[in-house]
Amino acid sequence: MIRIDSVTKRYPDGTVAVDRLSLEIPDRSITVLVGPSGCGKTTTLRMINRMVEPSEGTILLDGKDITQQPVNTLRRSMGYVIQNAGLFQHRTIVDNIATVPRMLGWGKEKARARARELMERVGLDATLAKRYPYQLSGGQQQRVGVARALAADPPVLLMDEPFSAVDPVVRKGLQEELLRIQDELGKTIVFVTHDIDEAVKIGTMVAVMRTGGKLAQFAPPAELLSHPADEFVEDFLGADRGIRRLSFFPSAGLQLLTAPIVAIDSTAEQITARDTAGAPYLLVTDLEGRPLGWGEPDRLTAGDIRAEHLLSHGRPFVAGTDSLRAALDCAVLSPTGWAVAVDAEGRAAGVVSQQTIAEAIRSAHAEGRETDRAARATQVTKAVG
Amino acid sequence: MSGFFDIPSDLQHSWLGLIGLHLREALLPVLFGLVCALPLAQLCVRFRWLYPPVLWVTTVLYAIPSLAFFVVLIDYTGQTELTVMIPLGVYSLVVLVPAIVDGVRSVPQETLAAATAMGFGPVRRYVQVQLPIAVPAIIAGLRIAVVSSVSLVSVGTLIGNQGALGNLLADAMFYHRPELAVNSVVTTAVLAIVLDALLVGLRVLLTPWMPSGARRKPKAATARPEPATLALEDAVK
Ligand SMILES: Nc1ncnc2c1ncn2[C@@H]1O[C@H](COP(=O)(O)OP(=O)(O)OP(=O)(O)O)[C@@H](O)[C@H]1O
Ligand SMILES: [Mg+2]
Repeated sequence: MIRIDSVTKRYPDGTVAVDRLSLEIPDRSITVLVGPSGCGKTTTLRMINRMVEPSEGTILLDGKDITQQPVNTLRRSMGYVIQNAGLFQHRTIVDNIATVPRMLGWGKEKARARARELMERVGLDATLAKRYPYQLSGGQQQRVGVARALAADPPVLLMDEPFSAVDPVVRKGLQEELLRIQDELGKTIVFVTHDIDEAVKIGTMVAVMRTGGKLAQFAPPAELLSHPADEFVEDFLGADRGIRRLSFFPSAGLQLLTAPIVAIDSTAEQITARDTAGAPYLLVTDLEGRPLGWGEPDRLTAGDIRAEHLLSHGRPFVAGTDSLRAALDCAVLSPTGWAVAVDAEGRAAGVVSQQTIAEAIRSAHAEGRETDRAARATQVTKAVG
Repeated sequence: MSGFFDIPSDLQHSWLGLIGLHLREALLPVLFGLVCALPLAQLCVRFRWLYPPVLWVTTVLYAIPSLAFFVVLIDYTGQTELTVMIPLGVYSLVVLVPAIVDGVRSVPQETLAAATAMGFGPVRRYVQVQLPIAVPAIIAGLRIAVVSSVSLVSVGTLIGNQGALGNLLADAMFYHRPELAVNSVVTTAVLAIVLDALLVGLRVLLTPWMPSGARRKPKAATARPEPATLALEDAVK
């Protein structure tokens, strides 16, 4: 565990970048430092690998003061990833990744083999190994940065806005990749960002810092969204905090209706005979049970059940796995106002109206029943993998 | 009728011999300049306050005309090759220090931070990260130093005939053989061009990591007047 114990950093020009900060960074999880520009996130991160020395206070790694060991030994036990990757432009990708193992005295071949293994782990094609950094896209470079930091298998990973220089789509991919890698490797990660969405998405714990280097709140993301400590944190979380909080409520408890689901080979009689529970539309599925679209009951009973006459059912949510946010999103986007739930194989599991989702949200709020981080992390892994 | 390549015997060298002599007089000072400039530049990068005074001194030195330099030195080193090579070494130093400093400083902050974070000490960082990335800038500086050095050697003809190929200029007048002057100018120019091309080749060889389309324009090249032309004028005077 990394323990930051009332640490203050005063730069020579008098700027107080970090002010009596105390944090307990749990092992094998992602702790995010988030806050507005200039609030001392980078300074805090760099004090952990001693690129910046604290003016006051101590930092303990597994109970031992980090100043007790030689500084370069400490640094080699901590991977470091920065914005724009900071790759060595004069070295090939594989040699970039092999840097720390080589410094630790590994043979050239062993280090390169390790580098290739890591390229695969972070999702880089093996054909990129002999290229130089200028021949890679920003997102690829960032992956190299992550691979390089992981090369010597350090227990700690420090990441300073690693994904802020890439476009949103690539960023989302990198975030999911990081969660997947973290699931496999279980590093102690300290992650700096100024993007609260990113913090909420990947953090096990989130430390919100305010200008002047003070800690505003240190809590799991769900708690941050439900109980912001003060107005500053609330403002920082942004306007749609309520909606975002829904991603921490499971959709498992939603009452799904199966009555309004009909297969495409159903006869008019079968449909008329069915009690459709008052649903204004019926969901038509193919013979395997996969949703095809919504049909009006009148047309369907008139025998007009061709797939091209159906209304789009939008993107369904996965029953149980996806959050209430995903369910609500489906319902809001659906032309009928009803969301379609599918099982893991993509077969229709049921349909649910906006009203039902709204009730579920109300009762979830009342119970304060957010899923915990670990459960979410595995969900993400499933969704990605 | 003596030919283009028949060198008067008073020069005690064949044409090829003169070329060898010329190369030695031109390149040894550049080598000396490089060896001094590397640590000096590193000091200037580490201690920022050192760079402005160093830059000032080197600029002033560069402004001294080569002839004035020779005249002062003759009192100490006599009419020898050394008298020619010392100013050339100083000029090289003057060109190379800013070239190396600029090159080393052009290494991105992120790259340096990454190196430090990976546990590079200052020396390892200079040798393994900063210098290799500064290679294009250093070679740009070397190109200027080498070309100007090659042309300036000719001025040495005024210092007891220590001008190698430049000595042909004096002989051209003395023996009324204008083709010797042409030989001198053309050979010097070709020598400079060939050396320059070799340096460009070396750069390409050392920097496979540079985008080939957008090779950075060497900064130092624009910072100084075109020394080759100046020196040639100087030499013909
Ligand atoms: N070397 C330095 N000397 C003096 N002041 C500094 C130095 N480095 C940072 N600061 C100041 O310390 C404060 C915190 O800087 P820091 O880089 O830690 O912020 P940050 O939270 O990482 O910001 P950003 O999100 O913009 O990266 C800022 O006010 C900054 O100007
Ligand atoms: Mg920062």
